[in-house]
Amino acid sequence: MRANSETPEHPMEALLRMDRIPHIWCSTCGIGTAVSCFIEALKKSGIDLKKVAVVSGIGCTGRVAGYVKLDSFHTTHGRAIPFATGLALANPELKVVVFSGDGDLIAIGGNHFIHAARRNMNLTVICVNNFIYAMTGGQLAPTTPILANSSTSPYGNFDAPFNLPLLAASSGAVYVARWTVLHVRRLSKSIGEALNKRGFSFIEAICPCTTLYARRNKLGTGLDLLKFYHDNSEIRHGADPRELDIGFQKKIIVGKFIDYEKPIFFDRYNEGMRQALGDRFVEYKLDSN
Amino acid sequence: MKADPINVLTGVHFLDGDTACAEGALAAGCRFFAGYPITPSTEAAERISERFPLVGGIFIQMEDELASMAAIIGASWAGAKSMSVTSGPGFSLMMENLGLAVMMETPCIVVNVQRGGPSTGLPTMVGQADVMQARWGSHGDYEIIALSPNSPQETFDFTIKAFNLAERYRVPVLVLMDECVGHMTERVVIPPAEEIELEPRRFTKLPPEKYLPYHPNADLVPEMIKAGDGYKIHTTGLTHDERGYPVMSAEAQHKLVKRLVEKIRLNAAAIYDITEVNVDGAEVIVVAYGITSRVAQPAIEMANQKGTKTGFIKLNTVWPFPTERFRKIAQNVKAFVVPEINMGQIALEVERAAAGQAITIPIPHAGGSVHKPEDIYKVIVEVVQ
Repeated sequence: MRANSETPEHPMEALLRMDRIPHIWCSTCGIGTAVSCFIEALKKSGIDLKKVAVVSGIGCTGRVAGYVKLDSFHTTHGRAIPFATGLALANPELKVVVFSGDGDLIAIGGNHFIHAARRNMNLTVICVNNFIYAMTGGQLAPTTPILANSSTSPYGNFDAPFNLPLLAASSGAVYVARWTVLHVRRLSKSIGEALNKRGFSFIEAICPCTTLYARRNKLGTGLDLLKFYHDNSEIRHGADPRELDIGFQKKIIVGKFIDYEKPIFFDRYNEGMRQALGDRFVEYKLDSN
Repeated sequence: MKADPINVLTGVHFLDGDTACAEGALAAGCRFFAGYPITPSTEAAERISERFPLVGGIFIQMEDELASMAAIIGASWAGAKSMSVTSGPGFSLMMENLGLAVMMETPCIVVNVQRGGPSTGLPTMVGQADVMQARWGSHGDYEIIALSPNSPQETFDFTIKAFNLAERYRVPVLVLMDECVGHMTERVVIPPAEEIELEPRRFTKLPPEKYLPYHPNADLVPEMIKAGDGYKIHTTGLTHDERGYPVMSAEAQHKLVKRLVEKIRLNAAAIYDITEVNVDGAEVIVVAYGITSRVAQPAIEMANQKGTKTGFIKLNTVWPFPTERFRKIAQNVKAFVVPEINMGQIALEVERAAAGQAITIPIPHAGGSVHKPEDIYKVIVEVVQ
């Protein structure tokens, strides 16, 4: 809520649940920046906001669905993508955005992630990667770099992390980009491109977690992390996804890596059924209920 | 509202229970199916995959049952009537999001064609041991509705009823079949569409600015919207208030969980459905459901012929359990005999409902086959001696 009528309206107010502000994210957390980039992209996209649905899983980023003033669904841990699959299939007019964290989407939800990409389900997936399970207090994630410390890898992590753009690209995503939340304009532009894409689009947003990841690993403040991103990010559009591993406090390659067209699930379904069944095929319409 | 004729295969058929279940779903207007193949339920998924493209439904085979359950909830929020079909191991995976459907108050249907368990158990052979899992399987406190057909005809009829109850009370509704019912092939009469009454979704008529997603009507059930209609609602698996917003407090928890439980408990008399045969004046009453309700018939006939006044109660719904009715019947009967293909599950409910007024004798069976009628007969006769 605005403090008083004198306070100017925030340009994103129309798309936020102001009655839920202040949010739960820590000071200098990057999730809010990722949300701002999303809202900026959504406003510019011209997409009918009534037809946008946001689905989140569990975790810090899982709370995004609770703050955006859109049809928004805060689901179970790891299941945002299959929930979104049901929404997107049952109402093909919806633009369904999955907004969740690395642990939610890639660990417990990893199977759903690869299968939705394989099917080229019409979803935009924004994955905020802070390298750690933040909501539960800083445990090891499937993205935690080797040697990084977490509350369940107190001697350092020796477990190989996923390279998320490679996972998305090799599973069939038609759009794959990675930015840090320092790259606000580029991140927002990529989200805009992804929103206008038909099929499974994936954006990884590297994000500081000051409270847990940075503190445990003695990386300084949120500002220090942004400075690190500034000094150590290299924009390399079209880079081979196999070269996008992220080492502990090593260079982060960002950019747009994959962008091409192929039929989405519904295209194949409708075309295939029409060929197989001819006039007997009845195309799905929500109204037929 | 009436069923749409495009969905209804009116006529006399020779169908197995799984297929009849699929036809029931179609007749009820189901338009979205997400599932994962598992014996002995696969025939239902196969039938739907064949029929849906002909009536404008979407069939998708998901990567697992976790995803299947999540997808049918998502589809329901998009406005489609949705269903999944599974068996024990898949049912276990669905428990996570069954809780989400309860919490978000999402109408949807899960059919469990029960096989022997635990674990992989007896994939091709009968069991009825998921009855308590159906009631208590997801964490936290909630109430559930579960129906138990004993024939392909009932499977068709009860599947339609399940969809109606799901819409009426905004809950996931379970159809607890068993392998015998799923795989037996019998005559199924599918009536004309105009004879099939369907419960419409309880969409709100309020404009977005006045609508609260979890503000209940007098019957404790809130009105629904569908995504894309401009209501811009939020819903969550977290404890929430009437706006759907998370609230982490004992007060909010009490208010929400109490309503979720009471919308079933206080409406239980309108939901539960039992068939009573010769209950008045009976010395012994056999209580059964699913295939066991048929296996018990020769035993009951034999006992009556030999002079033991034996009544019969068939549970068409197993949940909510008709506690009040059983408590009343227990006043005038010596014993309830409860054969079921598990080690004694509904027998516990019967015993609880009887509250010491009548004895309850379970006839357990670990699964893999049905009871022998003579084993049930022996117990009936021994009770009165």
